[in-house]
Amino acid sequence: MPSSFDIPTQSLAAPGARLALGPAGLDGFLGGGLRRGALHEVFGPAGHEAAATGFALGLACRLGGARPLLWIRQDFSAREFGAPCATGLKDFGIDPARLLLLHAASAEEALRAAGDGLRCGALGGVIIELAGTPKILDLTASRRLVLASAQRQVPALLLRFNAPPEASAAETRWLARAAASARSDEDWGQPVFDVSLIRNRQGRTGQWVVAWSCDDGCFKDQAAAFGAVVCPAGDRQAAAA
Amino acid sequence: MALWFARLATDRLQRREAAAPGAPPLVVAAREKNALRLAAVDAAAARLGLMPGQALANARAMVPELRVVPQDIAADDALLMRLAAWCDRFTPLVAVEAPQGLLLDVSGAAHLFGGEAALLGHILASLRATGFGVQGAIAGTARAARALARHKDGCIVPPGEERAAISCLPIEALALDAVVTHAFRRAGLKTLAQAAGRKRAEITARFGAGTLAALDEICGMEASPISPRPPQPDYWLAQNFAVPVITQEVIRASLLGLAQKLCAWLEQDGAGARQVAASFFRADGATRRIGIETAGPTREAQMLDRLFQERLAALADPLDPGFGFDLIRLHATRVERWREERAGLEEDARAEGDIRFLIDQLSARFGRGKLLRLEPQDTHVPEQAWRSTPAQEAQGLPATWPDLRAAGEAPCRPLRLLAPPELAEVMQEPLRLTWRRAVHRLRQWEGPERIALEWWRGADAGAARDYYRAEDDDGRRFWLFCEAAPEPARWFVHGLFA
Repeated sequence: MPSSFDIPTQSLAAPGARLALGPAGLDGFLGGGLRRGALHEVFGPAGHEAAATGFALGLACRLGGARPLLWIRQDFSAREFGAPCATGLKDFGIDPARLLLLHAASAEEALRAAGDGLRCGALGGVIIELAGTPKILDLTASRRLVLASAQRQVPALLLRFNAPPEASAAETRWLARAAASARSDEDWGQPVFDVSLIRNRQGRTGQWVVAWSCDDGCFKDQAAAFGAVVCPAGDRQAAAA
Repeated sequence: MALWFARLATDRLQRREAAAPGAPPLVVAAREKNALRLAAVDAAAARLGLMPGQALANARAMVPELRVVPQDIAADDALLMRLAAWCDRFTPLVAVEAPQGLLLDVSGAAHLFGGEAALLGHILASLRATGFGVQGAIAGTARAARALARHKDGCIVPPGEERAAISCLPIEALALDAVVTHAFRRAGLKTLAQAAGRKRAEITARFGAGTLAALDEICGMEASPISPRPPQPDYWLAQNFAVPVITQEVIRASLLGLAQKLCAWLEQDGAGARQVAASFFRADGATRRIGIETAGPTREAQMLDRLFQERLAALADPLDPGFGFDLIRLHATRVERWREERAGLEEDARAEGDIRFLIDQLSARFGRGKLLRLEPQDTHVPEQAWRSTPAQEAQGLPATWPDLRAAGEAPCRPLRLLAPPELAEVMQEPLRLTWRRAVHRLRQWEGPERIALEWWRGADAGAARDYYRAEDDDGRRFWLFCEAAPEPARWFVHGLFA
């Protein structure tokens, strides 16, 4: 896909750091998976914030293994979107003891803290949760995150709520929505996501429905998980990118 | 050494407004037993015969053009604390004796300032130059110094000669309560020499053992410790500057130099610092104290230096050198035994060190309450099943989280929890949830899971809740509960599943 911005990133120069997400079709489409030392954006449309959180946490687990995670949120996030629930995280397959939660007073503070976190090579990932479209988060800021992430190979995950996709230096951009559980299934309620890859520096865009396996800590095709609805992988150019 | 600020309250007011000659005498009045009485008088008022304790109406009758200001004990105490902070530069042991006194333990410190006489002279001159009516004295015991400061200004008693020095002081100098003092006077013992001349058994029998102890102390036979203002740190280092420093580079370099010396000292003792504070003494008397904390014992000067830079950069009111700092001091206020890292796990140890540094760095910049970790709590109340603790405190606790979900099942707790739970409406047939002004048609639905709140806590525990998991047409999954107890039943959204 032709990129609208010609920004060479260091992550391009570091090959071999692709990590598989789980579903064979999706990984094949991505050329093996996602890069660890890069910035990945997850947009949560209104009402689907929890789903987007789940997808971003899933990505962090896949990219960062069992290492500690730094989750940066804005002060009002707990009231608006809910606070991270330790027992729920445990159910989701993430050890709550791995989490470092930072409350930032502003987007500026959040980005600064993210820069420090990405410079700490022992972290498994930095999740930056931002609501709205803060002015400070421009192309330069996202490029700074990309560089910091590539330097120590710490994944940067930018979780955006209430925000339209805009220009950034991210490697991939996902739109994550909740997807319905299979109707026939007894044990409904497993995390299922309807994800659209709306921007991909390395290739094409598409849409998938993937489930998160809380036991195995990886994504699965929903068909494999539930044996019901099959949603074929799309191969569409996303207009927004 | 004792310092006595005879007119602290009026000095505080007059220092602000360089008193013009011919200004009316100033008194501070306080309400005492429903009568306004003078609490403090300035020098001019004292010359006119006014004294503390006098009724305000009498004082007005004597001096009609009196300026009266209500008492502000908090401001006086704050000023005394600031004076104590200023005195920190002479000795780390400074005790505040409210309402008007300071006690400095100068043993072992006086020679640094040219001896006791020079030190006392310097302190008194500096304080008087800034507008304080202060008296001071040095003696072997706190009580003797206190008495001499009040009654014999500028007196320095050589060791062992307290008895001679205090002999001519009035009995009030013992600073006992009014009843005992009155009893002494009625017994004809008007000076300390007379009282000290009596037999010990007589004093005990008539005035009690406490009085005898006070008398022993003022005569220098027995010493009681003073209680210094902040707890005394074991490790502290200071750097004096002949010319006050202003530039950030010099301040930073001297801080780093002090940190290196501190770390060498700590290493020698097999210890590491958890809390370090830097005090900056400004040439004009203001002091500023800035502290940092670390998650584990530390003795790396570079790391302390970086944390201080973080802290200084994050200050809401930046460090203002004014006319320069003439003294910078570094204390290790909390020290722990150094833990040797286990050998053979070098990679792990380095990663752990990295994380610890990140925790310290972020806590120093944003405040320790902003960076949190989750720790399990032993309760089944969903929102209290864990606790957020500052990451610096939560180090190294092996936490065990209960497994609520059986393998292969869907999560039974949400990913994001709303605190507090939000009121919603649930309509049956067809099943609808109205929450945050949006209507969700619920497609799937499971429950109830009854969670009784902690009834043993009494009425404030709240009613039992019936929890349901629900999914709407779009696939959004909610965690709802119904509070049954007060009719009609109320529904809440408590969390959101991924």
